[in-house]
Amino acid sequence: MARMSTMEQQSQQPVTGTEDTAVVVDGMRTSAITAVDDDGGRPRRRRSGGMGTRTKLLILNAVSIIGGIAIWWLLALNGFQLPTPPEVVEKAVQLWNAGILQEDILASLGRVLAGFLLGSAAAIPVGFLMGWYTVARGLFEPWIQFFRTIPPLALLPLVLVLLGIGEIPKIVVIFLAAFLACVISTYQGVVSVDRTLINAARVLGAKDGTIFARVVVPASTPFILVGMRVGLGSAWATLVAAELLAAQAGLGRRMQEAQIYYDLATIFVGIVLIGILGLVMDRLLLFAETKLTGWQERR
Amino acid sequence: MTTTNPATATDAKISVREVTKTFPLKGEEFTALDRVSIDIADNEFVTVVGPSGCGKSTLMNVLAGLETPTSGEALVDGRAVSGPGPERGVIFQQYALFPWLSVRKNVEFGLKVNGVPKAQRRERAEHFIEMVGLQQFADALPKMLSGGMKQRCAIARAYAVNPSILLMDEPFGALDALTRVKLQEQLLDTWSREKRTVMFITHDVDEAVFLANRVVVMAARPGRIYDVIDVDLPYPRTEDVRLSPEFGELRNRVWHAVYHQEPGVAAGATSH
Ligand SMILES: Nc1ncnc2c1ncn2[C@@H]1O[C@H](COP(=O)(O)OP(=O)(O)OP(=O)(O)O)[C@@H](O)[C@H]1O
Ligand SMILES: [Mg+2]
Repeated sequence: MARMSTMEQQSQQPVTGTEDTAVVVDGMRTSAITAVDDDGGRPRRRRSGGMGTRTKLLILNAVSIIGGIAIWWLLALNGFQLPTPPEVVEKAVQLWNAGILQEDILASLGRVLAGFLLGSAAAIPVGFLMGWYTVARGLFEPWIQFFRTIPPLALLPLVLVLLGIGEIPKIVVIFLAAFLACVISTYQGVVSVDRTLINAARVLGAKDGTIFARVVVPASTPFILVGMRVGLGSAWATLVAAELLAAQAGLGRRMQEAQIYYDLATIFVGIVLIGILGLVMDRLLLFAETKLTGWQERR
Repeated sequence: MTTTNPATATDAKISVREVTKTFPLKGEEFTALDRVSIDIADNEFVTVVGPSGCGKSTLMNVLAGLETPTSGEALVDGRAVSGPGPERGVIFQQYALFPWLSVRKNVEFGLKVNGVPKAQRRERAEHFIEMVGLQQFADALPKMLSGGMKQRCAIARAYAVNPSILLMDEPFGALDALTRVKLQEQLLDTWSREKRTVMFITHDVDEAVFLANRVVVMAARPGRIYDVIDVDLPYPRTEDVRLSPEFGELRNRVWHAVYHQEPGVAAGATSH
């Protein structure tokens, strides 16, 4: 998988760099032009033409963020019951110095990552099995369809009763959230693999195992990654709610406690941190997605 | 029912015997191929034309081993086809390149799954990439290639496993007229240097005549062989050949057979 990323980068060069030779080799101007234009218009890509739009977007993003904070600040100074941004920062520093913030972040991240990783790790093979074998599909599908309609949090009371109030019940609920999001997506990826690609591999002499590893897996990777991103969002959302109900530490827990004491600054610290951590994890997955699925044609 | 005549089984490279293929369609049977028989000699270039839905792709899929005939059998080198095999290379209309692999890795794919060691793989891939003129793009991904280049890559990939038979299903169907002519010439050039038995499906009458030793015209409902027309034009087929009156005459014959089909006619096309 890691191979693909380097390959992709190398391959950008020869195409744009040898436009003239391409015309000669091919004897047709059109081919060289389409070859260069094929992947146009993706904002994440660094392309000579897209550079301007990219910087413009970044500037606008910065303006928007600063503006938003300014509005918040103004509202706080004008009678709304909000802490000002410096008060929130101060609170965060204070919590950090007391060692509380680190503990909360670690507790929350640990739960999310455990649930999310276990959920994805289980979802991918199950999704593949369902897509590949009718028997597996017949057996798993009703349960997945059923649990999909239940918000994972609605299972929390049951899980709490059955598993007590330790770490396990929270991880189980997060696991379910991540698993359900990812399993459907993986399954869809497997069933939508282009038949011609499978036939092409077969006529080249590939047997079922090879077809699975070399065609089905790479072809479904984009679906799996999308499923993982959705699963991560779902896991993160479930986490905070799970912590609100029962936890020793964690960002959700901290906010719940602050609510009792009317401590708005701590609640803000919690909200901002949850947002930032979620965003960072999402960006990491997006980065992996760009690296692993850059081969896709976009029209 | 599917008795094989051993006398003719030996001299034909490909032998299609009374192949019938039906598909279930809304509770009924739809006959895509109705007792189709044809022999193709070693190193022969046969093109197949016919209206849409006459079973051209089905016939090719049977030969490729991707579909099993309902009755009758397809023989390759005298042995019944029971699945895909390395001696039969297939080129699909939709290119069917693996989009996550570079041109080189695509060409190497068949060698890799057949356990050819890396160094040898490289060398063979290099040879065929050069043959189709894609050296500059060996490390490019398919998404960066034009349609014609993709199809050339697919041709190199099929050649790389060294099949003695090439089955091509409207390989140039999605390309513009200029690119088609170019690739037709290249294909014939390649074929004259690395001889193969070719079955080439097309819906373009000009293309069918230009490439072939023999043109097989099919008819639909049920899918069957309507006529087989010999093309006695010399190779290499240059532009002069394409513009010659003989070419025009053959083209008219094939055109007539394709576009003015009389109902119910079927040719027993086993003779060669
Ligand atoms: N898997 C299938 N299931 C049901 N019907 C099929 C199947 N494959 C082919 N057919 C039918 O068989 C007939 C012949 O199909 P085929 O694809 O061989 O035609 P064709 O000659 O290749 O047409 P075209 O020129 O449009 O590619 C068509 O009517 C098609 O609907
Ligand atoms: Mg077809």
